[in-house]
Amino acid sequence: MAITDKTETDTLPELTDARVRARESAVLRLSESAMARLGEMGPDAPIDVDDERMFINMGPSHPSTHGVLRLMLELEGETVRRSKPVIGYLHTGMEKTGEQLTYLQGPTNVTRMDYAAPLFNELVFSLAVEELVGIEVPERATWIRMLMCELNRMASNLLFMATNGMDLGAVSMMIYGWREREDILRFFEMVTGLRMNHNYIRPGGVAADLPDGWQAEVERLLEIIPPRLEEYDVLMTGQPIWRDRLQGVGVMNSAEALALGVTGPLLRSTGYAWDLRRDQPYLAYDEVEFDVLVGSYGDCFDRYAIRLNEIRESMRIVRQVIDKMPAGDVRVQDKKITPPPRARIDESMEALIHHFKIFTEGYKVPEGEVYVGVESPRGELGCYMVSDGGSHPYRMHIRAPSFVNLQCLPYLMQDGLIADAVANISTVDPIMGEVDR
Amino acid sequence: MAENDEDTAADEAATDDATDATDAMTEPEPEPEPVELAFGVPVTESRGQRVLHPSREEYLATAEALRADGFVMLLDVCGVDYLTHAGRTLPTPVQPERFEVVVNLINHARGERIRMRVQVPEADPHIPSLFDIWPGCETLERETYDMFGVVFDDHPDPTRILMPEDWVGHPLRKDYAVGRIPVQFKGAPTNR
Repeated sequence: MAITDKTETDTLPELTDARVRARESAVLRLSESAMARLGEMGPDAPIDVDDERMFINMGPSHPSTHGVLRLMLELEGETVRRSKPVIGYLHTGMEKTGEQLTYLQGPTNVTRMDYAAPLFNELVFSLAVEELVGIEVPERATWIRMLMCELNRMASNLLFMATNGMDLGAVSMMIYGWREREDILRFFEMVTGLRMNHNYIRPGGVAADLPDGWQAEVERLLEIIPPRLEEYDVLMTGQPIWRDRLQGVGVMNSAEALALGVTGPLLRSTGYAWDLRRDQPYLAYDEVEFDVLVGSYGDCFDRYAIRLNEIRESMRIVRQVIDKMPAGDVRVQDKKITPPPRARIDESMEALIHHFKIFTEGYKVPEGEVYVGVESPRGELGCYMVSDGGSHPYRMHIRAPSFVNLQCLPYLMQDGLIADAVANISTVDPIMGEVDR
Repeated sequence: MAENDEDTAADEAATDDATDATDAMTEPEPEPEPVELAFGVPVTESRGQRVLHPSREEYLATAEALRADGFVMLLDVCGVDYLTHAGRTLPTPVQPERFEVVVNLINHARGERIRMRVQVPEADPHIPSLFDIWPGCETLERETYDMFGVVFDDHPDPTRILMPEDWVGHPLRKDYAVGRIPVQFKGAPTNR
């Protein structure tokens, strides 16, 4: 683990090797139907089949695949030669649904994509709409968004700690990870009314101001979590069995990560310091201090260690947010975008009309297209939005980091053992709701 | 259907032009706005973001040039079906087509983003794959094919990714019906 300055990324690694490796391929390029009939096909098979190789399925419903991820594996003994992730089991056409919902309803849809980090989905959607409309959100809303997102990053990484521990046999870790995460979700429930799928960050600001006594609640979180992270260090980080399972497994270098479009902790684990919060600051990340953590080997252990320590960095940010939280509005004071408060509807005809218009047809967004990216716990979460001037997005595309990161899995697993394949899936940390959308 | 609509729209535009010309003989004809070029292709700004508009023929060469210029990472490939919004703003030399393939790139050293929007006609929905430049486009291009039916030539694995392999149709096209599709279970026994 190291903390680097920006200057170190100035020299870019040569990509040629990675391109060659991609062409020669660790990916088992075989369709699902061909895989199913491989035994009967004999010499007609699209790939070479010999007696030494075995083709098996792992998943889609396997305890270590984080949901419904299916892997087609080509094995030689216990060694994985080639593999291919098969996805789509959770596909519900959320991008299509997004075209049917108004900009006000949109966050309820996108929040269900990455269900471990729902606030980031809402954030990226809202930022895209705000960019299209050209509105500036009040300062307090920006800082509330930052507070909630960093807490969400902690919750998401704690969930990773839990599932990663379980995948690798540290089963008690599962209970500990969920326990800490639940503490954060309880705070979310206090603020948004829900543990998950909040619809809290909306175009124009946030749904409601923080409740009274939020500082005390957050400070309580900041008090109870650090000693528990120390426990994790004792339980896992320093433990020889744990290190043996992770160190040197699933190694990837920066050139490969860049070529494959891998972002987030996976990219940083290769020693490449790139974090949108620091390098292309959005919200008010340029006003808080934190370090970007990078690994040096690009193996499973680095990916684990980065996520563990990013919880600590997030807590650093949250502490600063408590101190600097400005006063003021939490939603933009534009009557065309922000629905009026309930009490105003009884007093003002105009407020009633605005309320009716916003909730029946929604507000119009000027024609145009925009791409916005934020750093989610899994990498760059992007939203490409096209507006035709109406009240629904003409096209709403989410660049899901898990979806793109998943394609490095065959490269990580190549020539490793099946047992290590589990470690690799786990540390890539895909959220299938986001992969399939 | 779409072609007919476009034809009538084009006819109307032509007649409008003719009447305008006779009405306003005194006014000088407006000069066509000079098109700004970057990497040899028209470039525009959209909400402060740079957008390149290469043609399908220029697409690969532009991508190569961008890669050489330090755009090391391909972030996103997605499609847009402009069936019901044909009149979008595009720079003059670019002919609007039904489909657009949108590619987002990032240059980490300069902290710069750029976007390519390529027009793909409905009659011949083919476009070269970027696999040899950024292998990371693999799943993204598969998704675009799955959702829009745009074929990426020379793609190593041109199959569906999110929908079942035997699915008919491309769900994110604008003429693909919304909802009311019976749930399909392949080969499941039924008691009816």
